[in-house]
Amino acid sequence: MIATTTAPVATAPVRTAHRPSARLRAWATRAPLLPALIFMIAVTQLPFVATLVISFFHWNALYPKARRFTGLDNYRQVLTDPALRHSVWTTVLLTAAVVLVSLVVGLALALLLDRPFRGRGLVRTLLIAPFLVVPVAAALLWKHVLYNPEYGLFNGLLHYLGGPQPDWISNTPLLAVEASLVWQWTPFMMLILLAGLQSRDHQQIEAARVDGASDWQIFRHLTLPHLRRYLELGALLGSIYIVQNFDAVFTLTSGGLGTANLPYTVYQSFYQAHENGLASAAGVLVVIGSIVIATFALRVVSSLFREEVSRA
Amino acid sequence: MSSVAVRVRSRRGVGLGLLAWLAGLLFFLPIAWMALTSFHSEADAATNPPSFGASLTLAGYRDFFGVGGGASPWPALINSTVASVVSTLCVLLLALPAAYALSVRRVRKWTDVLFFFLSTKMLPVVAGLLPIYLFAKNAGMLDNIWLLVILYTSMNLPIAVWMMQSFLAEVPVAVIEAAQIDGARLPTILARVVAPIALPGIAATALICFIFSWNELLFARVLTGVVAETAPVFLTGFITSQGLFLAKVCAASLVISLPVLAAGFAAQDKLVQGLSLGAVK
Repeated sequence: MIATTTAPVATAPVRTAHRPSARLRAWATRAPLLPALIFMIAVTQLPFVATLVISFFHWNALYPKARRFTGLDNYRQVLTDPALRHSVWTTVLLTAAVVLVSLVVGLALALLLDRPFRGRGLVRTLLIAPFLVVPVAAALLWKHVLYNPEYGLFNGLLHYLGGPQPDWISNTPLLAVEASLVWQWTPFMMLILLAGLQSRDHQQIEAARVDGASDWQIFRHLTLPHLRRYLELGALLGSIYIVQNFDAVFTLTSGGLGTANLPYTVYQSFYQAHENGLASAAGVLVVIGSIVIATFALRVVSSLFREEVSRA
Repeated sequence: MSSVAVRVRSRRGVGLGLLAWLAGLLFFLPIAWMALTSFHSEADAATNPPSFGASLTLAGYRDFFGVGGGASPWPALINSTVASVVSTLCVLLLALPAAYALSVRRVRKWTDVLFFFLSTKMLPVVAGLLPIYLFAKNAGMLDNIWLLVILYTSMNLPIAVWMMQSFLAEVPVAVIEAAQIDGARLPTILARVVAPIALPGIAATALICFIFSWNELLFARVLTGVVAETAPVFLTGFITSQGLFLAKVCAASLVISLPVLAAGFAAQDKLVQGLSLGAVK
């Protein structure tokens, strides 16, 4: 489908009497792109440049007179502050755990849904639903309705089994946040992996089956290699969204009990502590972390993208 | 294949189908429980063990909508609607021509431009939050819904450009060239030739942008107050427990999630493509 558009565009068939100069035509081609491009640069790139500049200043909004250039001092402070270092670690743990678990569960669900069975469409819909609950609402649901130690559903069900009645959020705060995020992100992974499964070469699989390959052999040697790129894509896109997670941490624990991740810490350090310089330095560090992930993500997306272009 | 093998395979198939059903119901259970609780009275909602068969009432919904006093959610719902709908329209207005220049009548180095859009999506929101806050404060735009419209437009534009360029690339060039020979100008070509073919894709893109805008919390939390507060910010009012309020929380969460659930199910087929920025079809 893309091949139809790649080749012949350059040879525009229209020839008017007074042909506009090549440069003018190039600008005419570019014109529809410019509003979007300029808008994006203004709204996303300029603020980041400002963040970078502010990160080199000592600047507390409550004492604006004391603003002064401090070079890398904010970075030194951010990197040596135990609370901030802890939030870096929390971010890594939270992201890795949520991405890995939802990827594995998502793969299992995708494999189950790839086979025909009665009511498959309905089950798919049921599975997608958690992803379509507003994140704050989902966090409230887990906090009050499921985790509540006195009347939450979990302890209510445990009651029937005669089990203990733990205070989930206080006992295992990070795990509590992670579980709620896994519930929301597993459908996302499932959707991507299901699309991957459905793009397999079914003739090849049939041929392997005829040759006597077992289900496990087919999964191990045909399905898994094919899914590799989709697994990578799911992991990377998931990481990009979950590294930035604010809603769940804010709602479930308000950053308490050692669950404050970097976005929450940045929010807190300028919104509550008014430390503009420190907040900016922490923000720049989040960006550096994201760039590392994003470089890999861009590579995966671009390889899928090129494959798509060349296949068509 | 022997009939025994077929029977074994089909019996295992039934088992796996049941397993899939079980997983689906397990994932849906919290939502089903939330819906059931929202129709219980507050006293029945907060029991241990849970009262599954308690009588149903609309009290939670009446409470949420502020019938018996308390803050009304309507201003927040209206703000969210304005921010999501207007920003989605702005996104379409900017993304459609851009996607055209990246798929139909391509600029040079169009892949580089595409990847620039994608890279902005990977810049964390917190990286620009402080300057935007300071700018809004100095420009007197704090607590102003139009600021959110601008920010949500920038948040969704890259996704929309990626999705739409992949949809527009499916429009045959021959049709466009024919229109050009007939003397049609760009706006006419876009409206009469390109849009109809790409319409289902454009609709899905719009729904996904709507979902992301409706869900957004961080910008709204930092940049709005009493006037421009959105629905997710309204929900944060329920973070600290207020005595017996489970039915009300469930009603609020459900009502505020309904537009997203509706939009998500409507866009179900294109959801993966949108969420993976067009990389997976």
